[in-house]
Amino acid sequence: MIRMAHSRGLTWLLAMFCWLAHERGLKATEPTSGSDSSHEAVVSLIDEKIRTAWNDNDLRPSPPATDAEWCRRVYLDLIGRVPTVAELDEFLGGKPRYRKQELVTRLLGSEYQDAFVEHWTAIWTNTLIGRTGGQQRRSLTSRTGMGDYLRQALSAAKPYDVLTTELLTATGAAQPDNNSSEDKYNGAVNFLIEKMEEGGIQATAKTAEIFLGMAVQCTQCHNHPFNEYRQNQFWEMNAFFRQTRTEREQDPNNDNRRLGYLVNRDYAGEGRMLYRDARSEIFLEERNGQLVDRDAQQVSEAPIYYELRNGQVEVAYPVFIDGTALEDVLADRNSEFGNSGYLEHVDRRQELARLIVESREFDRAMVNRMWSHFLGYGFTKPIHDMGPHNPPSHPELLDELGMAFRDSGFDLKSLMRWIVLSEPYSLSSRVTKKNRQDDPTLGVAPQFSRFYVRQMQAEQLYESLLTATQADETLGADRRDAMRQRWLQQFSTAFGTDDGGEASTFNGSIPQTLMMMNGDLVRRACSTDSGSFLDQVANNWDLSNREKIQYLYRAALSRMPSKEEINVCNTLLASRKGDVVGTLQDIWWAVLNSNEFILIH
Amino acid sequence: MNHFDTPHGMTRRHFLSHLAGASALAVPAWSLTQSMVANAATLKSNHKACILLWMGGAPPTIDMWDMKPGATTGGPHKPISTTGAGQITELLPNVAQQMHHLSIIRSMSTREADHERGRYYMHTGFVPNPNVEHPSYGSVIAKEFESKLQALEIPPFVSIGGNSAGPGFLGMAYAPFQVDSNGRVRNAQASVEEARMMDRMQLLGLLEKRFIRENRGPAAAEHAKVLKNTMSLLTSSQMDAFKVQSEPETMREKYGNTGFGRGCLMARRLVETGVPFVEVNSGGWDLHQDCFNRLEQKLPEVDQAMSALVEDLAARGLLENTVVLCMGEFGRTPRINGNTGRDHWARSWSVVAGGGGIEGGQVIGATNEDGTRVTTEPYSAEDLMSSICQAMGISLKTTYTAGNGRPMKIAGGGKVIGELFG
Repeated sequence: MIRMAHSRGLTWLLAMFCWLAHERGLKATEPTSGSDSSHEAVVSLIDEKIRTAWNDNDLRPSPPATDAEWCRRVYLDLIGRVPTVAELDEFLGGKPRYRKQELVTRLLGSEYQDAFVEHWTAIWTNTLIGRTGGQQRRSLTSRTGMGDYLRQALSAAKPYDVLTTELLTATGAAQPDNNSSEDKYNGAVNFLIEKMEEGGIQATAKTAEIFLGMAVQCTQCHNHPFNEYRQNQFWEMNAFFRQTRTEREQDPNNDNRRLGYLVNRDYAGEGRMLYRDARSEIFLEERNGQLVDRDAQQVSEAPIYYELRNGQVEVAYPVFIDGTALEDVLADRNSEFGNSGYLEHVDRRQELARLIVESREFDRAMVNRMWSHFLGYGFTKPIHDMGPHNPPSHPELLDELGMAFRDSGFDLKSLMRWIVLSEPYSLSSRVTKKNRQDDPTLGVAPQFSRFYVRQMQAEQLYESLLTATQADETLGADRRDAMRQRWLQQFSTAFGTDDGGEASTFNGSIPQTLMMMNGDLVRRACSTDSGSFLDQVANNWDLSNREKIQYLYRAALSRMPSKEEINVCNTLLASRKGDVVGTLQDIWWAVLNSNEFILIH
Repeated sequence: MNHFDTPHGMTRRHFLSHLAGASALAVPAWSLTQSMVANAATLKSNHKACILLWMGGAPPTIDMWDMKPGATTGGPHKPISTTGAGQITELLPNVAQQMHHLSIIRSMSTREADHERGRYYMHTGFVPNPNVEHPSYGSVIAKEFESKLQALEIPPFVSIGGNSAGPGFLGMAYAPFQVDSNGRVRNAQASVEEARMMDRMQLLGLLEKRFIRENRGPAAAEHAKVLKNTMSLLTSSQMDAFKVQSEPETMREKYGNTGFGRGCLMARRLVETGVPFVEVNSGGWDLHQDCFNRLEQKLPEVDQAMSALVEDLAARGLLENTVVLCMGEFGRTPRINGNTGRDHWARSWSVVAGGGGIEGGQVIGATNEDGTRVTTEPYSAEDLMSSICQAMGISLKTTYTAGNGRPMKIAGGGKVIGELFG
């Protein structure tokens, strides 16, 4: 049997390793002060490592972005929308030397708490259950429930290890409005509730992908053809999920709905008879001076089996990806607990969550994910396939930033702050002669010598249009959320395959362009009804026509119109015989439909 | 004429005459409008086309095209004879009557048994690679046919009821245009009358051009290109091709009043209009559970639509210029699992192809008695894509230069499956 293969010495080493990891884990949970100087040290670390790589690759960075460009960027990336004209003015009115730090502090602080939480709730929801999770009619996943949990966790500024542990170990009812059960509602269960089929194959694959940056999907059937992951690792990781199951029932109040529960149950193992109560004799033997039940281990053992490509069947017990067997981790407590399926012996998911947050893959995977959120590319491509087979572009930076994140007590806002205040994030997106070859679309590793232009996400577009135009100010939060969900749904298609595959047409293709040109949202944003955004700008007697045009450009693009643009707008205004509001409507439509608006640059 | 899908009171001719005349805005002409060459003549397609019937989720080809009655790995359904060489499932009786037009390749062996990877591989002829995104069938054909498509005002790559696979390094201008099987193109109704639309487009042109000039990478210019294609589509009477509901009722009944049926009918209309690549999506084939009952529900729909399409194309003389290809990501296990389902299997499975010069009625390749192994020369996604390119008249010597400057052979450098061409 695989688990028996460890020699005594190796077992001791593993135990030692676990002890060390445990010590370090404890230390990491004490947050550092997060003082300005400790933040500055990490920012300098980023700048230094990135600069070294520029030199090594004979690259010169683009000049810095203008402060207005940077401001637009940081609003979009931190709170999910463009800045208003007032916010832009306030930022540009600040002291040049300090205004960037101050803005970041404000965007991460209480003033913008709601926008920040909404933005990151949407991002995490899409990461954890996809854009289509919970959208099908009889789905057990509650998108609202997932959002509830994340909103509450992010509002409380839960450290990332806590958030992860809560997601991985959650039990309870999935639907927030489930009043028909004793099981307590716990929105966090929505991450796993529809990933438990076939013994939790998707739970295993998605957990590894999201929290460890490991693509193991293929290894359920065979050793990976070109990375180091082995088939046994998949099933040994999968074994951690076997005490967990999804239970469902018909909603007594709604024929079209099923209610879901994620529960832990004693697990007897696969494909064999239980000894348990069938034993007529119990053999005791002396071990280390104590009498123990000789067959206890076999009684509680809960193995699983998987098939190799050649048809041979192998057994698996919970073993973490680094080879740490749960049996060894729990050996101090009781030699039979590690492979046991009884909850009174071990809660396998709890153990998994602990092993995950203690592993270095955990912090590096998050740094990689966060970096790619802000800079457009991670240190590996794709971000969820890390490992020796796919070396990162900046290994030292990834590693040290990961350690800094761990030492901060897994404080997500610190990690965000470091990245947005770094030099690579501050650069212009203009390509120069000296960094033309730094183009990740050409298949080379990104060097971040300029800011790579990327398209807004659908959520960012939605919020930006609404913020710029205050189009839904009068609506309550629930209505607002429902409208947004409905609008977002139009772009996503689920393939209906077992891996939850899906696609989006919000990808710069014709359907997206049609939506921008003629869709309801832009129509609303371009409304000239009394009290609307355009109506207010048009009828603001403090502004000249020229200033009104400037206002629109700044609201959408965070820049002033060029002379040529002003001239053309004035020509249009003249030809309309002074129909200011109508002309502004056309200008606004054009600005919103432009490449410059939809691209984060 | 009722311009159902064109902007309010805006016809292409009208719009163009306005552009030619004095606009309120004396903005230098921008490429957006330059492309809008009036083409009053009705388009008659004089090039080849391809319709891909994509079975998303991967159907069990062992229960459809390469049955193993009597073997422990075979399902409960019976094979029936066809008008071609091989037998197929009794659940496809109408397709059986069209098999003289279609050939079955029973020796596909493709390695990728993960949905995402298999989907990518079968659509592009390349295994996924983190550093380069390869163009899919539709994008390659759209690109290679570009010079023949001057008169086509709607996108050359249409995907019905699903999203197909992307253009990769060829860029968003070659991306699939996704529509639902009712042919409704969302947001195709302009919100203002044409004179104002024209002013707006002039303003927009100015913004686009300025941002492209700032040299911030290819995304800005691609946005402009897609915008141009969108304008072309908005003002085109060719949008009628999507209006599947304007077909006579008898024809609609023939294809079946199902998503897949309407999709196949629309595909025929699009090909008639000159669209060189159409993908019609049929989903829900990931049959890990209850495989055989679900086949009894799902296959009749395929039977009706697919047979109607082949018969209709043949009757209209379109089949000799139109390749029809039916496949999914991979096959399913030649073993029935504990849930009466079949799991993912790429080692030995079948695809079906015909039309466009492909010789129909054949069975190409074979698997062993229980379907677990290919016993003849195995064919890959590269080989299949090369064969389709050959049928489409695209030279297999075509090479793309991916961004990294590396030359990349079309269709992954596969070799043509000779038997398909007699």
